[in-house]
Amino acid sequence: MSTATIARDIDADGQARFDEIIAADDKIEPADWMPDAYRRTLVRQISQHAHSEIIGMQPEGNWITRAPSLKRKAILMAKVQDEAGHGLYLYSAAQTLGTAREEMYEQLLTGKAKYSSIFNYLTPTWADMGSIGWLVDGAAICNQVPLCRASYGPYARAMIRICKEESFHQRQGFEVLLALMNGTEAQREMAQESVDRWYAPALMMFGPPDDASPNSAQSMAWNIKRFSNDELRQRFVDMIVPQAEILGVTLPDPDLRWNDERGHWDYGELDWDEFRAVLAGRGQANSIRIAKRRRAHEDGAWVREAARAYAAKRHSSPEEVAS
Amino acid sequence: MTGPGATDGGRRETWPLWEVFVRSARGLSHVHAGSLHAPDAQLALHNARDLYTRRGEGVSIWVVPSAAIAASDPDARGAFFESPQGKDYRYPTAYTASADVPHL
Repeated sequence: MSTATIARDIDADGQARFDEIIAADDKIEPADWMPDAYRRTLVRQISQHAHSEIIGMQPEGNWITRAPSLKRKAILMAKVQDEAGHGLYLYSAAQTLGTAREEMYEQLLTGKAKYSSIFNYLTPTWADMGSIGWLVDGAAICNQVPLCRASYGPYARAMIRICKEESFHQRQGFEVLLALMNGTEAQREMAQESVDRWYAPALMMFGPPDDASPNSAQSMAWNIKRFSNDELRQRFVDMIVPQAEILGVTLPDPDLRWNDERGHWDYGELDWDEFRAVLAGRGQANSIRIAKRRRAHEDGAWVREAARAYAAKRHSSPEEVAS
Repeated sequence: MTGPGATDGGRRETWPLWEVFVRSARGLSHVHAGSLHAPDAQLALHNARDLYTRRGEGVSIWVVPSAAIAASDPDARGAFFESPQGKDYRYPTAYTASADVPHL
């Protein structure tokens, strides 16, 4: 038997076993055989997700020094720290698929890899910390909770940890907006103006409409995704309409109305040209985000150097030898 | 995976990968929490504390170099984990004669 034949047999057996696991809604683990396309899809999705968390530190980092109280500063710092952690959990998960972390960083820094379009919008006001927490993190949670059941074990496990931390982000955002809405007229206006800017981009976070989302069907067949983009978007809209009412903000969509027949809120058409433009690099902050990330990586080189030097020194110190 | 020392001035560095295990409370086992990169065990422990126990998740952490973990071959799963089929006698439920006998 030729090696090619043997390889084909292994692949056929592997595929059969893989199909069986997926059909049983069981988990695929790193050492299991998996189709190349499944592996590629996961690396793309998980690393994109990790990049989003890492880039997502910037809009909030922008407000840490200017947060209105010490408590709000501490909260923002904790949130940024969480996002760094989420990025690391996810890079670890992607690494189990055989892609080196350095390679993923490289793809982010050179612009080869994408991250969520939402982080290419600027955060000019303090109210944006509220809108990001409430709308952006809210949309992220909607998207991420079903991913806790993704078929790839390390990804699903990372998502469970992330979701546990994420609801703090959403609630603190809601509270920021609520405090502003209970404040002065100027503060209420600031909150409303911010919600006006973030509402549509947050809805677009779920990705293009189902009929324009070429990879969705395959991802759902593989049990990576559990719900379609439009299903998740609808779920999110249904969630935030009553929350907006409690806040006292208006959602900027003239077509938003309750549909008794469907039992859901109808919402207006989104500007997908804008979405595509932002993804293509023409958002408000695309170049700022990447430049800052690259600078942070380079300026942080001394920290990595120091950690390495410290480790090397400890391993060569007499105390270490004696103990 | 190369050890500490693979560097180009800290810009692009490859540190060994460590697996992190966290014991959530006294009396429970350490459970795999995830992994991280660090130049040595002590820094791996510090990073693991910062990364995996920010909300009081644990009372003890183990870090193990990923390279030190030997794993069973997933392709040999069937042969390696011998089927329990036909070995009902390993379960207490296989013994029915004592079903109605008190305290047994």
